[in-house]
Amino acid sequence: MSDELKTPLLDELEKGPWPSFITDLKSMADRPMVKDLLGQLEKSYRDKRGYWKHGGLVGIMGYGGGVIGRYSAIPEDFPGVSHFHTVRVNQPSGWFYTSEALNEIMDIWDEHGSGLTNMHGSTGDMVLLGTTTQELEPIFRELTAKDWDLGGSGSDLRTPSCCIGPARCENACYDTLALTYNITHKYQDELHRPMFNYKYKIKMSGCPNDCTAAMARSDMAIIGIWKDDIQIDQSAIAEYVDAGFNIQEYVIEKCPTKCITLEGKELKIDDSDCVKCVHCINVLPKALSPGKERGAAIALGGKAPIVDGALFATLIVPFIEIDEENGFEEVHDLLERIWEFWDEHGMNRERIGEFIERVTLKTFLEGIGVEPMPQQITQPRDNPYIFYEEYFEEETE
Amino acid sequence: MAGEVPIEQLADDMFQVVSESAGQKKLKAKDLTKAVTAKYGDKISKDDTKAAIRLLIDSGRCVYGYFGGSSIELPHTEGSANE
Repeated sequence: MSDELKTPLLDELEKGPWPSFITDLKSMADRPMVKDLLGQLEKSYRDKRGYWKHGGLVGIMGYGGGVIGRYSAIPEDFPGVSHFHTVRVNQPSGWFYTSEALNEIMDIWDEHGSGLTNMHGSTGDMVLLGTTTQELEPIFRELTAKDWDLGGSGSDLRTPSCCIGPARCENACYDTLALTYNITHKYQDELHRPMFNYKYKIKMSGCPNDCTAAMARSDMAIIGIWKDDIQIDQSAIAEYVDAGFNIQEYVIEKCPTKCITLEGKELKIDDSDCVKCVHCINVLPKALSPGKERGAAIALGGKAPIVDGALFATLIVPFIEIDEENGFEEVHDLLERIWEFWDEHGMNRERIGEFIERVTLKTFLEGIGVEPMPQQITQPRDNPYIFYEEYFEEETE
Repeated sequence: MAGEVPIEQLADDMFQVVSESAGQKKLKAKDLTKAVTAKYGDKISKDDTKAAIRLLIDSGRCVYGYFGGSSIELPHTEGSANE
């Protein structure tokens, strides 16, 4: 790092056992943009205030997303970060890269940007941190020439993302990679041209382990699930028992619905009581696997605490076919009905989860044409002062 | 019947709406869609309005902006931009 840059406050962040982004930045401080980034950050820590200005208009011609504008509020002190825009690049499904692909990206970014990256942002994109307005179009041209594209930002469909799915995981109940690819290509307009009330994130996880944290971090979580019984290989169960593995303690007692029993070396599961938490499958991977009748559950409304508080997703559809041969028609049909109802009745900056809370789940289900189901609620009604239309109809009859 | 109004006409109408709101209210894509739907009713479809917005943006007459939510605005130099 350059000798004249003193960062005593940032240096504190390098202490302790964890890797530090300050150390990473210092390793690149021979670049003016990175050096001034460190300088402005140190000043922010010293003065206890931020020095970034929001840039709302910068972007690529024709695109409404993919670039997040930032300017320094004190460019005279730190000219290297006078412009410090972020570029989001649509990541490949499951974050599978070749070294060649990563080198392509970095060659472009070294030439036109700071060289700093965040792999990956919370939505899933590759995040390229720090460039100037005049470099945006050249970056875009070079990225698209190599078949890359920008991701989403603003009130649009955010870049869909997924777990590694069947590429490396035997628990995957559907092809998360194929569905992510399909949704990304089908909704290019929605991804690049903001047309919604607010952002809409879709994450695909192949099983209830939910490795993309879709339930907490996406407006639409598509979670792989099965309808029939968990598959059991009793000979593998016997091997676990013979090896001294304590199935009682590590599996049976941890089952949330207590639907598992062990008789001798034979494991039995009452699948009618199974809530598909997949704990048993995770602990006994050689003996247990998801059932054969596979699809996905769809939950809506997860979000981080921006505008309103954080929300966990609500289950809307307990099981839906995920059929690649018919172009994932069932998913698209539902998705478009959701967008249409939200578009018509949602408010500015209202996420789908907040929208459902405002209009009520009952109204929302009617609006998108989904039947009410027991799986959509967490507990039976306990308030005797709430009445249902059906009761009135019965009395009338 | 949808498709009766040329896309260029819709884009012109939308541009007019954006121009009249400039400096007063940031309009979203939905606001433009509602404005032309109110004018033409079922003579236009949702795909027509999407195509008109695409034309409006790709022609450079309007740009996307972001401040909290996304909007469609006349091109201008924003106050926060440094030289």
